[in-house]
Amino acid sequence: MERIKAIIIKEWREVFKNKFVLFTVSFLPLMITILPLFVLYFAGGSDDFASISAADLPPQFEQLCGDVIGGDCMLYYIVTQFILLFMMVPVIIPMTIASYSIVGEKTTRTLEPLLATPVTTVEILVGKGLAGVIPAVLTTWIGYLVYAAGAYLMVSNTAVVSKLFDPLWMMAIFLVGPLLSLMGVSIAVMISSRVNDPRVAEQISGIFVLPVVGLFIGQMTGMILVNETFILWLAAALLVLDIVLFYFAVQVFQRETILSRWK
Amino acid sequence: MINNSPIIVTESLTKRFGEITAVNQLTLSVQRGEVFGLLGPNGAGKTTTVRMLAALLIPSGGTAQVAGFEIGEDDQDIRRKIGLLPESPGLYDSLSAEQNLAFFGSMYGVENIAEQIQKYLELLGLWNRRYEPVGTFSKGMRQKLAIARALLHEPEVLFLDEPTSGLDPQASKLVREFIEDLRGEGRTIILTTHNLEEADRLCDRVAVISGHLLALDAPGELRRKIFGRKVVFHLQEANQALVGTLEKFPFVSEVQAVDNKILAAVENPEEQNPELIRALVNGGAELQFVGELRRRLEDVYLELMGAVEDNNHGKN
Repeated sequence: MERIKAIIIKEWREVFKNKFVLFTVSFLPLMITILPLFVLYFAGGSDDFASISAADLPPQFEQLCGDVIGGDCMLYYIVTQFILLFMMVPVIIPMTIASYSIVGEKTTRTLEPLLATPVTTVEILVGKGLAGVIPAVLTTWIGYLVYAAGAYLMVSNTAVVSKLFDPLWMMAIFLVGPLLSLMGVSIAVMISSRVNDPRVAEQISGIFVLPVVGLFIGQMTGMILVNETFILWLAAALLVLDIVLFYFAVQVFQRETILSRWK
Repeated sequence: MINNSPIIVTESLTKRFGEITAVNQLTLSVQRGEVFGLLGPNGAGKTTTVRMLAALLIPSGGTAQVAGFEIGEDDQDIRRKIGLLPESPGLYDSLSAEQNLAFFGSMYGVENIAEQIQKYLELLGLWNRRYEPVGTFSKGMRQKLAIARALLHEPEVLFLDEPTSGLDPQASKLVREFIEDLRGEGRTIILTTHNLEEADRLCDRVAVISGHLLALDAPGELRRKIFGRKVVFHLQEANQALVGTLEKFPFVSEVQAVDNKILAAVENPEEQNPELIRALVNGGAELQFVGELRRRLEDVYLELMGAVEDNNHGKN
């Protein structure tokens, strides 16, 4: 445990001295928190929403909104769409941190002395992984709480705001978020083993944000209905995926492979 | 300080990377407290050997024990017992010297970490720079810090891969002196180097490898085995009559006169020189002084490498 703690602290000391990483880690959550609040500020005070009736909305909205109807349902829909955007934060941040951390170790050739110590591969990966996952998850949670507080102040219908704390979104933020982070880290480890530029690793890893974007578009177009069942299935699938990806990340991160094949 | 119990034993140690055999059937043993040199050209398998012995690479064949533990089976135990200075210092540039050592101290589970950091930073003259980022350090300072890192957990065996490579003469001298100090402490050191003068000066024994083992012995013994021992007689004037005088002795060979000197290969100069000196004086020689023609380790190395090349040409 001491080794993992030391790796996490070392990673943060190193990676957060990189201005680009610091910018990515702070700017994205800031944007994803502020932009929806900005939209809510104008939408919440708009008269247009008051005139919307249940008949004006697509049929899947009824399922999504439950007892919240009409313009309030529309508002709730907008609020929840932004929550899906929050899901990008736990994927992108750990990918950025892990990419810079691992490619950085490759280019400065610091892995060999590290691997010569009694530290295990799992300890290295857990340490490096948590160094990416912890700030990502904390940022997501803090961003979500700020967003929920902002929504509470800007949306007059408390039924809409209270839905933000439904088990559905609690699970999405507090369960799916960390699982997405773990996925991001494992992917970044595997990609970083093949490239020598952290920006390239980050860009390739970026492809894996697309499923989250797909979720956002899917709900927007009515193809997917993000409800509790969907989130539970998603969490289960991510759990399995995380285990598989971590296994492959450990395989890629073998001492022999790193020293003889990582170039 | 050399103890007769071996701390490293390899038996037919082999490492292949696909079709390429980097290390082939290497059999050797290193005694406790010994400074052991691994010499060879680039690509000879020195670093691969060190990496196998440091439990970083898995051997393709053969066996090796380090500090009583088996490579491939007790790798974690081996890593606790050894310290490694790789070819590249591999330090975290944005961390300070102290943070670098503290991090590696945690990896080794060093308990008195603050004391150990102070001990080695002071020994290597870096204590006053401990809070500065390593990125601002000179190459020599980085190398010294990497040596401190390798010693932090007081390893039984220290692997130094090209410790003075790329350093200026002053920094090289400091590193060499530090290695000599470590030798005085009785620590086992495995040193790979291209600097043959350094190996000659520091190593108790050297192994010359080129994929496989070419020679293994103390530098002086290697010189004797390959070139024999040549005695130089400095005379007022050398002539063929005096050469003939020496050639009569059965234990003398390859006698030649060069300028005012006579060179002769003698089996055991310590015992046989007095007899030869008497014969020369009786033969009318005005002897000024007698010495031994000292071959450099470089000559031994080049001779061995030349034989490898000849062998390769022969095969082609």
